Amino acid sequence: MRELTRQMARVYSRLGQRGAIFGMAINERAAQDEKMVVLTADLATLSGMDRYVKSAAPWRFINAGIAEQNMVGMAAGLAAEGLHPVVTTYATFLTMRACEQMRHFMGYMRLPIVAIGSGAGLSQGFAGNTHYTIEDLSMMRAIPNIKILSPADAASAVMLFDMAMDSNEPVYIRLTGNMNTPMVYESTVPFGFGRSNCVRFGSDVSILATGTMVHTAIEAAELLEQKGLSVEVIDMYSIKPIDTERIREAMSKKLVVTVEEHSKMGGLGAAVAEVMSGEAHSSKLLRLGIADRFDLAGDYEFLLTQNRLTADLIAEDILSNLCMTNDK
Amino acid sequence: MAKRMRLRALEMAYASGANGSHLGGGLSAIEIMATLYHDILCVDPCAPADANRDRLIVSKGHCVLAYYTALYERGFLSEQDLQQFEQNGYHWHGHAMRDLVHGIEFSGGSLSMGMSFAVGEAMACKAQGLDSRVYVLVGDGECDEGLIWESAMATAHYGLDNLCVIVDKNGLQYDGETTSVLNTDSLAKKFEAFGFEVSEVDGHDCSAILKALKPSDISIQSSEKKPRCVIANTIKGKGVSFMENEKTWHHHTLNEAQYNQAREEVEHA
Repeated sequence: MRELTRQMARVYSRLGQRGAIFGMAINERAAQDEKMVVLTADLATLSGMDRYVKSAAPWRFINAGIAEQNMVGMAAGLAAEGLHPVVTTYATFLTMRACEQMRHFMGYMRLPIVAIGSGAGLSQGFAGNTHYTIEDLSMMRAIPNIKILSPADAASAVMLFDMAMDSNEPVYIRLTGNMNTPMVYESTVPFGFGRSNCVRFGSDVSILATGTMVHTAIEAAELLEQKGLSVEVIDMYSIKPIDTERIREAMSKKLVVTVEEHSKMGGLGAAVAEVMSGEAHSSKLLRLGIADRFDLAGDYEFLLTQNRLTADLIAEDILSNLCMTNDK
Repeated sequence: MAKRMRLRALEMAYASGANGSHLGGGLSAIEIMATLYHDILCVDPCAPADANRDRLIVSKGHCVLAYYTALYERGFLSEQDLQQFEQNGYHWHGHAMRDLVHGIEFSGGSLSMGMSFAVGEAMACKAQGLDSRVYVLVGDGECDEGLIWESAMATAHYGLDNLCVIVDKNGLQYDGETTSVLNTDSLAKKFEAFGFEVSEVDGHDCSAILKALKPSDISIQSSEKKPRCVIANTIKGKGVSFMENEKTWHHHTLNEAQYNQAREEVEHA
């Protein structure tokens, strides 16, 4: 397992999730894994993989051009021959334009492709709704055999990339945030499919968060602490399989909250609700995420505020929800 | 071999009863499949996953009546396997599923996926220094799909002269003539423009297909490192008078009288 130091975590953080994987991790991985092939759809430079493109053997970097469907199809052919393909482009074009290819090759044929969607959620700002990815978890979750990972910060993005590559399974990794992603992890922590990490302890409320919303949730928990509430934060980096044991444990709290930079429908909140609905005595669940609409574009902060996904608004929603619960 | 396959295909279609099967596009591909498995493909049922094998990707996944019967002739499928065609709970669906033990490289069904998959296979073979050839069978109706052309561009761009596309050009798709549904005519010019070396043959003339597909001939003809495309002009429902060029026989059931007539026609052809 890769050792994480505070210094490396800072380097990764500056690059953001995408830059940490494609600017750094793939170069290291290429040296260990001679079967790795990286494919992109005209997004090599933007993904920060220029160094890899220059140094790798020609067959180990394939630019599919602006043809995402064929990118995934070609990766499938490579995987079927025992190579280890990684495909990447914006999450929206990967999971929506090539959705059926992901279903067919990764789901149905179960070919071990690691598909990395970048810029998920709202980080694309003024590029507008075509570039936002608010439905990918919903679509990918419904496809059998595809594992889904959603890292909280840049360092864990690298750890989860390693985990996905080592698994030899079809995996979709959803990258959120921009460069200078806030750090959640500063030292080596174990990760596994179907597991989660408690990144803040608390006894009153449990926030189950995913992606860069984990850090925002920690900030919200600190604000709530000032109001006398003890709040735990769980990094739900494995969306599928999901850590059902952790969800059951969270149900001992007064309130369970999910926070994600994804539509409130079909993502983490829905996955948690599916588990809780099977339990006889369930606590209340507050699902925070992106509203079911296409909004006017704005910068990242503006969009997060519009969707009440900033620390202060998350804290406010949790407090008002607890008040409502107490009133009853 | 083609005659045996055609008779077997009719038996399977009849046995599938009310489920029906893709008769039209199966019968049009019989000679293509027979030639591939009899003369072209370097494959071995005793070593089905041998790295040096040729790969056939059946992108036109609905032509299983031709595919399964050819695999049977070549020793990949058993009598019992054929009897399980379209039976509940068995492997032999209306679109083949990847199963290297039985010589099936690709799960077909969603059109044009196989073309893209074949490009990746051809890249992987080259990257690993294998001399294997990759053949991909597509339908002319299937060429409506944009992915066919994305894949074709990539094939030429990456100089995949180990890939050969075979188009079963039977001129019909579900809703009627390909020229009236969405005109994919001049396919030869299209593939040429996409960087392929193209030849057109009578898709029911095994010796003509063989000549077009034979690797030795290809290397003589190819001056550059070009991928190949063989357009096989075929007749949908070939061999059975009431099925030929009839769109209703794309997917249909066979009753006893029809089955008997069809059998007789094929036997006496």
